[in-house]
Amino acid sequence: MSHVIPPVSAQAMLMQGNEACAQAALDVGMRFFAGYPITPSTEIAEALAERLPKVGGTFIQMEDEIASIGAILGASLAGRKSMTATSGPGFSLMQELIGLGCLCEIPCVIVNVQRGGPSTGLPTAPAQGDIMQARWGTHGDHPIVVLSPSSVTEMYELTVAAFNIAEALRNPVILLPDEIIAHMREKIQIPETIKIVDRLKPDQPPEKYKPYAIKEGELVPRLANFGEGYRFNVTSLIHDETGFPSGSPQVTETLLKRLMQKVESSRKEITFVESRDLEDARVVLFSCGSTVRSMKEAAREARQKGLKVGWIKTGTVWPFPDEVFQNLPPNVKTVLVCEMNLGMLVHEVRRSAPDRIRVESVAIANGCFITPQEIVSGIETVYEGGR
Amino acid sequence: MAVADIQKYLRSNRLPHIWCPGCGNGIVLGGVLRGVDKLQLDPNKVVVVSGIGCSSRSAGYVDFNTLHTAHGRAIPFATGVKLARPDLTVIVITGDGDLAAIGGNHFIHAARRNMDLTVVVFNNSTYGMTSGQYSPLTPAGAIAATAPYGNLERAFDMGRLAEAAGATYVARSTTFHALQIPDLIVAAIQNKGFSLVEVIAGCPVYYGRMNKMSAPADMLKWQKENAVSVQQAGNMTPEQLKGKHIIGELFRRQAPEYTEEYGKLIQRFTQEKSRVS
Ligand SMILES: Cc1ncc(C[n+]2csc(CCOP(=O)(O)OP(=O)(O)O)c2C)c(N)n1
Ligand code: SF4
Repeated sequence: MSHVIPPVSAQAMLMQGNEACAQAALDVGMRFFAGYPITPSTEIAEALAERLPKVGGTFIQMEDEIASIGAILGASLAGRKSMTATSGPGFSLMQELIGLGCLCEIPCVIVNVQRGGPSTGLPTAPAQGDIMQARWGTHGDHPIVVLSPSSVTEMYELTVAAFNIAEALRNPVILLPDEIIAHMREKIQIPETIKIVDRLKPDQPPEKYKPYAIKEGELVPRLANFGEGYRFNVTSLIHDETGFPSGSPQVTETLLKRLMQKVESSRKEITFVESRDLEDARVVLFSCGSTVRSMKEAAREARQKGLKVGWIKTGTVWPFPDEVFQNLPPNVKTVLVCEMNLGMLVHEVRRSAPDRIRVESVAIANGCFITPQEIVSGIETVYEGGR
Repeated sequence: MAVADIQKYLRSNRLPHIWCPGCGNGIVLGGVLRGVDKLQLDPNKVVVVSGIGCSSRSAGYVDFNTLHTAHGRAIPFATGVKLARPDLTVIVITGDGDLAAIGGNHFIHAARRNMDLTVVVFNNSTYGMTSGQYSPLTPAGAIAATAPYGNLERAFDMGRLAEAAGATYVARSTTFHALQIPDLIVAAIQNKGFSLVEVIAGCPVYYGRMNKMSAPADMLKWQKENAVSVQQAGNMTPEQLKGKHIIGELFRRQAPEYTEEYGKLIQRFTQEKSRVS
């Protein structure tokens, strides 16, 4: 089910990344937020504490981040589009219940504004060190979608996308900005209209209803909202289509594979990738989040120096856009991955790029953004090499 | 006790249940269902949320909107459900480990908010599902799988903890006093706010066996001998009350309830809006 509405806010304005996230969430119909204060995400909670009651929504500050994600999962089962926002330490606490959201197929959006880690780390400094945690933080095989904005406008757009994907796939979606994008202010053009996707409702009467039954040609169950006349069971144990626990190897395998397939089969719709100057590039830069900004500038400067450099940015970190690297043109000798960590995305690029391509990285985790100069010198180091 | 009166609330196709013979969980659950029955609640408007443990498996057996969550986290999920749909009756079913150990923080904060939830804790003094380790409600000195020389820790008094944290209804019973449970549940659900009903139940297989009460009847006898009613307790000295469980309605007070307060906040804005337009 999807429809198009003009957001109440359509206009150009100066906005902070976190404010854009809150605005987008309200525009897309989020009506339940539970969170626990943590820098650099707190502005999202503060904006929503003020604005949610005005639109009939609910804000609650919980006692910790585990409670926050528990509450949004409960509210989502009761029919509300729900979200929470946090940063590294809180995101670590949420991991167990992220897995519950995936297994029980409960739509929700979790914003993790990345700051320097590990542990309390650098509370006000940017980092991109949660890329692997966002994918693998909860135990067991599970599907996940992780989006990373590189501007305030994208913070808006990808927040909308995050809710739409969560509703369409009935899966938690993680929005993974870094501190820079969350805290920077820049001009944002809020679109005239946005597309809104709502979760599918049951098409069977309660007597015939199986909450986790999958219709032919579909991959997503049609769970009813609690309190609408369908009495069913949701459990964090492996369950069959009736929603009750099962220890059957076959049920387990079918369920886990379907969950993974939900995301895999949607790659096209949920992959937001842009690239430039790949046709003649010898070196291709790759990054996400705020690093994209330095990367673009570095590519421009390198071109001015006569170096053939292109770039790829991704708004979708997971599922990792393998196909982009599998299909690089033959002129590309090297991919230089730029990231604010000690090397995470680089492993994914190595995995997906053909053997002929050399994959190197500018990987810096010191609490400072990566400068275009650092990337340019990285380009100069790798430019002549290759495989 | 016959189950004909509560049969309609059971998902018969989910039976037999996973509980051991002689387990007290069925008696507690029966009491909860009889309480719901007395109130004639519409099952479509009842949500049962549980954590993880033997007791928390109750959710799967009852024909309501049911949600079997993660260990210790039933209350946050229940909070989300209740805030999203204040019109629904939300009952939390939990164990002593689930509620008082891993879920302790959620418990005191939900009580402090006076969130309109009815929390029923099946207190079997042990971690049943994981085979009899000590919980925060295991009496001092009792033997447990992880307290082979006797428990060195002191137990919480959940009723007093709930009261101190801000709950507005607190009651306690035992599976021996099964006939008392439905009325306590009725009062708990009727209370607009955070209600705790603690029911002392037997886990003969672990707690009982390790503490010389391996027959289910021994556990019931122990409950009978150690329970004193609120009325009796009023005439007893602290010395006489040592090791006893006070049963009945322990506490009640009036306080603003969270979802109602939030509803008023929303209403304030809708009224303002209608004045403007
Ligand atoms: C995070 C987490 N830690 C530990 C466990 C293992 N575990 C399952 S049930 C349980 C204790 C159950 O005891 P209680 O809550 O008293 O319920 P009972 O089984 O006695 O009814 C534990 C520790 C778990 N499932 N999740
Ligand atoms: S282990 Fe104990 S609590 Fe669990 S079902 Fe058996 S008797 Fe009941």
